[in-house]
Amino acid sequence: MADDFDSAGYIDAAAALIGLTLDPAHRPGVIVNLDRIAAMAALVMNFPLPEETEPAPVFQP
Amino acid sequence: MTGELATLDALSAAAAVRSGAASAAEIAEAVLAHIAARNPSLNAFTAITGERALADARALDRRRALGEMLPPLAGAPFAVKNLFDVAGLVTLAGSKIDAERPPAAADAFIVKKLTAAGAVLVGALNMDEYAYGFTTENTHYGAAHNPHDTTHVAGGSSGGSAAVVAAGLVPVALGSDTNGSIRVPSSFCGTFGLKPTYGRLSRSGTRGFVASLDHVGPLARTVGDLAASYDAMQGANPGDPACAGRPLEASIPGLEHGANGLRIAVAGGHFAGSGVAAEAVASAAKSLGATRIVEVPEAARARAAAYVITASEGADLHLADLKSRAADFDPMTRDRFLAGALVPAVWVLRAQRFRRWYRERVMELFRDIDILLAPATPCQAPRIGQETIEIGGVTVPSRPFIGVYTQPLSFIGLPIVAAPLRRPGELPIGVQIIAAPWREADALRVARALERDGVTNAEPVLG
Repeated sequence: MADDFDSAGYIDAAAALIGLTLDPAHRPGVIVNLDRIAAMAALVMNFPLPEETEPAPVFQP
Repeated sequence: MTGELATLDALSAAAAVRSGAASAAEIAEAVLAHIAARNPSLNAFTAITGERALADARALDRRRALGEMLPPLAGAPFAVKNLFDVAGLVTLAGSKIDAERPPAAADAFIVKKLTAAGAVLVGALNMDEYAYGFTTENTHYGAAHNPHDTTHVAGGSSGGSAAVVAAGLVPVALGSDTNGSIRVPSSFCGTFGLKPTYGRLSRSGTRGFVASLDHVGPLARTVGDLAASYDAMQGANPGDPACAGRPLEASIPGLEHGANGLRIAVAGGHFAGSGVAAEAVASAAKSLGATRIVEVPEAARARAAAYVITASEGADLHLADLKSRAADFDPMTRDRFLAGALVPAVWVLRAQRFRRWYRERVMELFRDIDILLAPATPCQAPRIGQETIEIGGVTVPSRPFIGVYTQPLSFIGLPIVAAPLRRPGELPIGVQIIAAPWREADALRVARALERDGVTNAEPVLG
């Protein structure tokens, strides 16, 4: 996530995309939490994972 | 005698019933009276199944009178986190929204297994809403209180489970653990807790949270009770697609074998801990003669990946309610669920792929060792409402950081026993005894060795 990322703008657009209407009272807390998740995701996304590493799903047809 | 009956451990209760020293009904009555007296100060039960308990207990007593062989946990009381289905009770999962659901038609799979083993269900227990929390500061039903000091949290999300076991109200309780929700409250309340290998115990009949990471397991005051209840709950069940369906691998037969022959190391790096957390691990390591320190590679990243998957899968599960009635969620979980609904897919998929990579690295460690020791929590139980904790001299928000040592391990489904240590006049704190996949019996053996040597302390807090 870029340092100048507009969390609030993303949240409004992404919520609209999935049909989620955010109560303005909840919005500040959602921004704080999405920023926290984004910081966690950055750790994961920055890791040079080999392309051949597949997930390990439990789905069994 | 009634007072003693109320606080028997599970195997002692079953032995008393088998020998005729006490009836199952006498034990159930004593336990129900103890719960009625003590629960108001703990706020741990959300339902007490008194009628069912007495009916089940009397049925066991009739079987004994007929000369039947009684099952291994006959007459042992237990209670369950309120995300387990209990026939006739509404499965709340700590929420206000689910209170509108009809009562469950049947017990959850492992509740049936424990009942078939003779255990007597006495009630359902408080938890964080939808299991998304480490403190059981539930706005709808009130906070569960820590029996060691009721101004402190019981931990979460299986907070009620740990509180009732620690208070001596029941010898065994069931909880669930997605990121630490059995091990954290076990640490804060001073109980043993077992998070089995991912896929070992069926989750069928429970309100799920994060299918990729959810586990169920027992909490108890003795390792014997922990192992006996775990053994009773094993078994294949197609009702849970993640249940591996392995045959029974009983832990009780090897429980007294001690830690000799097991290669035990201390987890360094991310798990090094500080203060009481590090001291607890050092005490356990000293007793076990463990001097080797191994670094678990990329554990902080593993925690981050678990955090991302949790946010996204949890939000997907509750999306319809988040859209239509977000205000009915607990403010303690609501904004995290809403944010989780907005997580980009690539973050989640990368986290799942990272999980595979990390699992392979950690499995390389288990070629040379059998058991890893790590702190269960970075600190003892915070006060109810406490917003920050100190880890290694750094102040951080308490609730997201309580799981810093548990999350990277449940992420890859390793079996772990949380074992409690306690210094006089202090709150307890737990140590994680971590084994390779499917080696629960090894972790339980080590926990039993520590218990026998007097390193652990899960004595009940009698009010």
